[in-house]
Amino acid sequence: MVGEISDAIIRVRDITVQFGKTRILDGLNLDVKRGEILGFVGPSGAGKSVLTRTIIGLVPKVAGRIEVFGVDLDKANTAERRGVERRWGVLFQQGALFSSLTVRQNIQFPVREYLNLSQRLLDEVMVAKLGMVGLKPEVADRFPSELSGGMIKRVALARALALDPELVFLDEPTSGLDPIGAGDFDELVRTLQRTLGLTVFMVTHDLDSLYTACDRIAVLGNGKIIAAGSIADMQASQHPWLQQYFHGKRARAVMG
Amino acid sequence: MSADPTLERIAQGNGLALCAAGSWTARFAPVLEKMVADAEKLRGSRPNIFIDVSQVSKLDTFGAWLIERLRRSLTDGGIEAKIAGLSANYSSLVDEVRRVKAEPAVQTRSVTITGMLEQIGRSVAGIGGTLVGLIEMLGAVLAAAGHVLIRPRGFRLTSTVHHLEQVCWRAVPIVVLITFLIGCIIAQQGIFHFRQFGADIFVVDMLGVLVLREIGVLLVAIMVAGRSGSAYTAELGSMKMREEIDALRTMGFDPIEVLILPRMLALVMALPILAFLGAMAALYGGGLVAYLYGGVEPEAFLLRLRDAISINHFIVGLIKAPVMAAVIGIVACVEGLAVQGSAESLGQHTTSSVVKGIFLVIVMDGVFAIFFASIGM
Repeated sequence: MVGEISDAIIRVRDITVQFGKTRILDGLNLDVKRGEILGFVGPSGAGKSVLTRTIIGLVPKVAGRIEVFGVDLDKANTAERRGVERRWGVLFQQGALFSSLTVRQNIQFPVREYLNLSQRLLDEVMVAKLGMVGLKPEVADRFPSELSGGMIKRVALARALALDPELVFLDEPTSGLDPIGAGDFDELVRTLQRTLGLTVFMVTHDLDSLYTACDRIAVLGNGKIIAAGSIADMQASQHPWLQQYFHGKRARAVMG
Repeated sequence: MSADPTLERIAQGNGLALCAAGSWTARFAPVLEKMVADAEKLRGSRPNIFIDVSQVSKLDTFGAWLIERLRRSLTDGGIEAKIAGLSANYSSLVDEVRRVKAEPAVQTRSVTITGMLEQIGRSVAGIGGTLVGLIEMLGAVLAAAGHVLIRPRGFRLTSTVHHLEQVCWRAVPIVVLITFLIGCIIAQQGIFHFRQFGADIFVVDMLGVLVLREIGVLLVAIMVAGRSGSAYTAELGSMKMREEIDALRTMGFDPIEVLILPRMLALVMALPILAFLGAMAALYGGGLVAYLYGGVEPEAFLLRLRDAISINHFIVGLIKAPVMAAVIGIVACVEGLAVQGSAESLGQHTTSSVVKGIFLVIVMDGVFAIFFASIGM
């Protein structure tokens, strides 16, 4: 179902993930093209987050092969793996900001670890990143517990972007945001993708995000990708879940 | 691909072109920063300076910002330095960093004498605050207990039993093991030193009084503070962090009644039981060492024990136990509810829960010693 794409930035082949006796992912194949925004949808509990976590190496897989930037993550040694990790950024569902560090320190943390920069440059680039995600420099010295939900997402995105990654994983970036905030966030992801030439892997439930932000959509069901393609392909699909998802009451509201 | 970055100066008529080339990326940032700092000195040297970026092979936020920084410092009173040769790929990135406002004020913390004095003053004032907090919690727990007495359906038996299992039943092995060893050590030391006076048998007096009256309960209380006090603080603290306590409150439940009262009751019941088991284990250990090391026959040990100690010693020990348990529990709950949003705060409060708990237990023990001495028990 998924054709070979020559310049795939992520290549997932026959991935199987199991928790105890429950099989979450069952021989899943997926390619993500360089420079695209891939929206990843599926029913709750289908394993969208599990796939994301498997690709970034937080969940062990039973079988299969994962290549990111052409590097097979199972065969890579520690240095190669570090190299790959330095080139991707991850936005976790709850933000996962370090609660004992300020916003400034959170964003500077990965930069400080990997690069040897002057404090002045660190501070200036931190402000630039905050600006990119639409935050004012004044929030820099606040702690994560003093931020609103939307701000946490933005700061977490700024941290994910801190090292200028080529690839970002967004796990439900717009969940918990108001529709306007979510719309802004979609716009932001679009802008950043254009400015920084990012590839974006976005797990989402948000139909608006799919329509406004994503270039391509992949649908997860029964542990496999049941469909992948443009929004028009999705609407044309005969799969019952897709029919319901894209032609349900909420979908009609989004399409106007 | 990753060619070293350069910044050449090329004179053009009465103007100057700064030609950036190579990869202007984070990897080369230290070099780039130095080059930019050198070039910034050219400010005002020519009427027309512009930055040519057409040869830049790779650009990221760090490089783009450094070019922007250079542009800003070269901009001299009304004459704006321009960026030329920007490829379409990078123009939006450069536009993005152009919108960045001036650097934010960096907050520096300086250490001054007044600052240190302020810190000391705050700590002292904090002690008062802590005491008030403890008394408040004691009051709240008593009020909740009274409420439950009037309306017994509000009592959470399951929760209490669960916590009793955690703090009492599961603590038995470690408490028995440690007190057993302490009993052994006291007996061994006693015999070793008393033997010089031919007073071997008095080790039984020392062991009995020490274990039943002081060490037994104190040691167990310290272990419970470390084991269960810290657990209470961490549990309540992480519930506070995730707003679970606020959720309870909005549903019309009193967190003191739901969370703290069962924990306090469990602890108050657990400590006397553990203190009793600990005392028995210590006596057994002491007796074993007295027999194996000091040659005191078990019959002689028991006979001497019966003469040396009265029921008072035992009662004194056990009366202290629930009071110490209450102190440990209250400290642990106050600290747990004081946890703020960060992981660091959770760690700090768990530490201070254990430290304050142990300190107060020892203070209480001293107060009890004076009290029992004066009433002649």
